[in-house]
Amino acid sequence: MNLHAIKAIYVFELARTWRTLFQSIAGPVISTSLYFIVFGAAIGSRFASVEGVSYGAFLVPGLVMMSVLTESVSNASFGIYMPRYSGTIYELLSAPVSAFETVIGYVGAAATKSIILGTLILLTARLFVDFSIAHPFWMIAFLMLTSVTFSLLGFILGIWADGWEKLQIVPMLIVTPLAFLGGSFYSISMLPPFWQKVTLFNPVVYLVSGFRWSFYGAADVPVALSLAMTALLLVICLAIVWWIFRTGYKLKA
Amino acid sequence: MQPIIEIRGLEKTYASGFQALKGVDLDIRRGEILALLGPNGAGKTTLISIVCGIVRATAGRVTVDGHDIQRDWRAARSLIGLVPQELTTEAFESVWATVSFSRGLFGKPPNPAVIERILKDLSLWDKKDTKVMALSGGMKRRVLIAKALSHEPSILFLDEPTAGVDVELRRGMWEMIGRLRDSGVTIILTTHYIEEAEEMADSIGVISGGRIVLVEEKAALMEKLGKRLLTLQLQAPLDAIPAELADYPLTLSDNGRELVYRFDTQQERTGIAGLLRKLGDHGITYTNLHTQESSLEEIFVSLVRERA
Repeated sequence: MNLHAIKAIYVFELARTWRTLFQSIAGPVISTSLYFIVFGAAIGSRFASVEGVSYGAFLVPGLVMMSVLTESVSNASFGIYMPRYSGTIYELLSAPVSAFETVIGYVGAAATKSIILGTLILLTARLFVDFSIAHPFWMIAFLMLTSVTFSLLGFILGIWADGWEKLQIVPMLIVTPLAFLGGSFYSISMLPPFWQKVTLFNPVVYLVSGFRWSFYGAADVPVALSLAMTALLLVICLAIVWWIFRTGYKLKA
Repeated sequence: MQPIIEIRGLEKTYASGFQALKGVDLDIRRGEILALLGPNGAGKTTLISIVCGIVRATAGRVTVDGHDIQRDWRAARSLIGLVPQELTTEAFESVWATVSFSRGLFGKPPNPAVIERILKDLSLWDKKDTKVMALSGGMKRRVLIAKALSHEPSILFLDEPTAGVDVELRRGMWEMIGRLRDSGVTIILTTHYIEEAEEMADSIGVISGGRIVLVEEKAALMEKLGKRLLTLQLQAPLDAIPAELADYPLTLSDNGRELVYRFDTQQERTGIAGLLRKLGDHGITYTNLHTQESSLEEIFVSLVRERA
């Protein structure tokens, strides 16, 4: 196990975060604050409570999940795409570093960043609304699981993409819509029966539902199912990453 | 002594169907500087990339200090530093950060003293906190060398180290490569500047069309293949070579004003004295004469042409 390499990649990637502190942390925090002001305070004050909590409080887990999802994908994809684009990947490929170590370094750094971001958003949210966390352990577990899974997804995207456009298009056309329609802003029980069924095909529903359960004890889908679906997603991503390194897909000629 | 790198039957066919290497066998001796010469597309970079683990071979075997690059890749790669041809750098990082990163990547614990010595050796010390993007091309090249040396490798691959580097800097780089060799590092460099190989290499390998055409010690190669030319400036131009001189390999140039005699340095008797006497006997007078040794470049061109 090349621990020095894992550390080198991890530190290097996190250094990128500190360097682009404003974009990576301040940006999402500010935009989340805007959501709270608009949906939580302004519009939300006219809503009745959802599933027994105020709409503002209901929003908190969904918004955290949404930022964590999108930022995990974009951070991790950028982290591995950048060296491919600039050509510096030669060094990684020629180093005594295994696929597993590479993934721990890159995905670990991206996930760490997402967890920091999620925590910051929670703290920011506290300024706007009052909320409680019923199951802190599960809250942290869901946050970590989601960060890792979507950082893996981002890693895959960063290897698959062969242009900046592709790198942007997946988050824009797939991740963001899934996050919006995944129950971040509403309970899926508010949807007509047909759309409730359709929405069950959206993996984000399970993440948001499970995460919200850890706050308020109520969920759209059983929490065990949420956990199972998140784990399944994680396994799928791991399998794809394993395949990428085994075949050298887009990495080695 | 066992060669530090042994390559046997190495083949590479790219997905496009292009066969870059067609069965390369090569031994690289410990502590030498081997210059790999070859025209563009000869397979130089492919060969290096396979040894370094960036490209997968289609067939064949490579061992680095006894470690198979497939089975024992970690040990093999730990010994190698690679300076790529392209100036690919982490633009937004400081010189210090990017070089330290490389050391970690190759599995070595942080050692600021080593990084400091490398940066000082490469005259990069005063730039250690500068972002790589702010450096000149020559400095970026040196940053790449520093990265490759950061984990103290015993083998260094330099893929066209002086491409696009000005004359003065090129000299400096040659000196640095010489110092590295003196410290015991085996160096493999590719180049198409013959001058570079002639100046630095202990051995020269010529690669063309995916095959190693020859590997030879530089001095032996020069001696073996080196032809000398004797050029005589004639007082009166000749229309043709006189029949009496037909035994000598002579050619006329410059509209008959120059007589060129080609001889082999290997032979004990060059035949120059005999030729000059015969010229005098036939009343052919000359105003000037000079001899000239063929350069590695000429040797190289003729080798590649022979093979083509």
